[in-house]
Amino acid sequence: MENLTECLAVRNLELWYGTFQSLRGISLGILHNRITAIIGPSGCGKSSLLRCFNRMNDLIPGSRVQGEVIFHGRNVYDAGVDPAEVRYRIGMVFQKPNPFPKSVFENVAFGPRVNGITDNLEEVVEQALHRAALWGEVKDRLHKSAMELSGGQQQRLCIARALALEPEVILMDEPCSALDPMATLKIEDLMKSLAAEYTIVIVTHNMQQAGRVSDMAAFMMMEEDRAGVLVEYGPTPQLFTKPRDKRTDDYITGRFG
Amino acid sequence: MEMRTAFHKKLREIQDEILAMGSMVSKSVLRSIDALKNRNLEMAHQIIADDQKINGKRFEIEEKCIELIATQQPLASDLRTIIAILNITTEIERIGDYAVGIARIVIMIGDEPPLKPLIDIPRMAEKIVEMLRRSLDALINRDADAAREIAVEDDLVDQLYDQVFRELLTFMAEDPKTITRATRLMWTAHNLERAADRVTNICERVVYIVTGKMEEIGASKY
Repeated sequence: MENLTECLAVRNLELWYGTFQSLRGISLGILHNRITAIIGPSGCGKSSLLRCFNRMNDLIPGSRVQGEVIFHGRNVYDAGVDPAEVRYRIGMVFQKPNPFPKSVFENVAFGPRVNGITDNLEEVVEQALHRAALWGEVKDRLHKSAMELSGGQQQRLCIARALALEPEVILMDEPCSALDPMATLKIEDLMKSLAAEYTIVIVTHNMQQAGRVSDMAAFMMMEEDRAGVLVEYGPTPQLFTKPRDKRTDDYITGRFG
Repeated sequence: MEMRTAFHKKLREIQDEILAMGSMVSKSVLRSIDALKNRNLEMAHQIIADDQKINGKRFEIEEKCIELIATQQPLASDLRTIIAILNITTEIERIGDYAVGIARIVIMIGDEPPLKPLIDIPRMAEKIVEMLRRSLDALINRDADAAREIAVEDDLVDQLYDQVFRELLTFMAEDPKTITRATRLMWTAHNLERAADRVTNICERVVYIVTGKMEEIGASKY
């Protein structure tokens, strides 16, 4: 294991939606070029935590964050940090494939275009599609509607769309929950190959998927007031064979959750 | 696009480790017979010490299998392979224990003069090492036919064992003073005979990986 430095350092993160505390005292380091899975029962704050990494929660009225998410030596919540800039560098893929109702090409070209990149656009698109392991399937239909692709292809298109912006981190929120098992395995393989170049954080309610795909795993739970806390964080093989915390063991053996 | 490449890479790594463990054990078996031939007590002690490394390797492989089961949910032939590998490492580890058994006999014999030149016992050892190597090749190649052939060759080891037994019996009948020394050689041959049975078990596991059926093949007469 080389280069085990932290890409994102979360320190004492607290999140409120209005008066409801969603996250309490979360601290963890997301490692460079590793796949980190966040697991835990429904409502434990997995997605909320993920959305803190690139300030997606800013878009929710009444949300408020305390603590730090350090990225390149700077807290992404510092005054003067442009949230849009954060989101370029920390891209996101969502649960349901959400291609724009445009052509395959235009979906991928969208981000670069918005950022004023018009040179070599074809090359940028082709490269992003290659990296998303989609090129072979769409190279002859680049100008057809993305809506004609299968669900799995649409999701890889969304990954290509995120990659076209050359992010460093890719956040994935349940990226396979709308896909069939074969399409899921394809996305998982893709994640493994992307990890050589990118840092990936995935939220999944599918524990088996977390086991298969991730290098590091974080187990979250909610406390009595329903605020999400981090129970255990460590290398996935350890979490799945010898969890340190009884609650982790109970959850992954299906005793609750 | 091949699926689950990460998982299959890990599975191949485990198989490489099994090959490594197999050659450690083969070396132990051959050295135990060398030590017996040459009354080499130092080598006998070394074999006993090295067995710790073999045991360590076994636990290492076991741990990796457990991790793969826990994180990768292997199914069908992948699941059979991992379960079979867990069994196969146990068999290999036991063959190592038989080499230790022989090393202990060598220490017991000390510098007693040899009863007779050793011929069939080294042959047994060589045959076993060859069968072990081929059984692990069959595992890597998922070759059930090869596994069945190797298992049947256990008969050759049994025949050598019979031969050793008959010969030693003659010694003992002719001169009761040889009984102690002959018995120790008998124990040695018995360790080897058991080792060959373990190779047969490995072959059965290979057949199981390929066909999904547990077959008893080449059942030893002992």
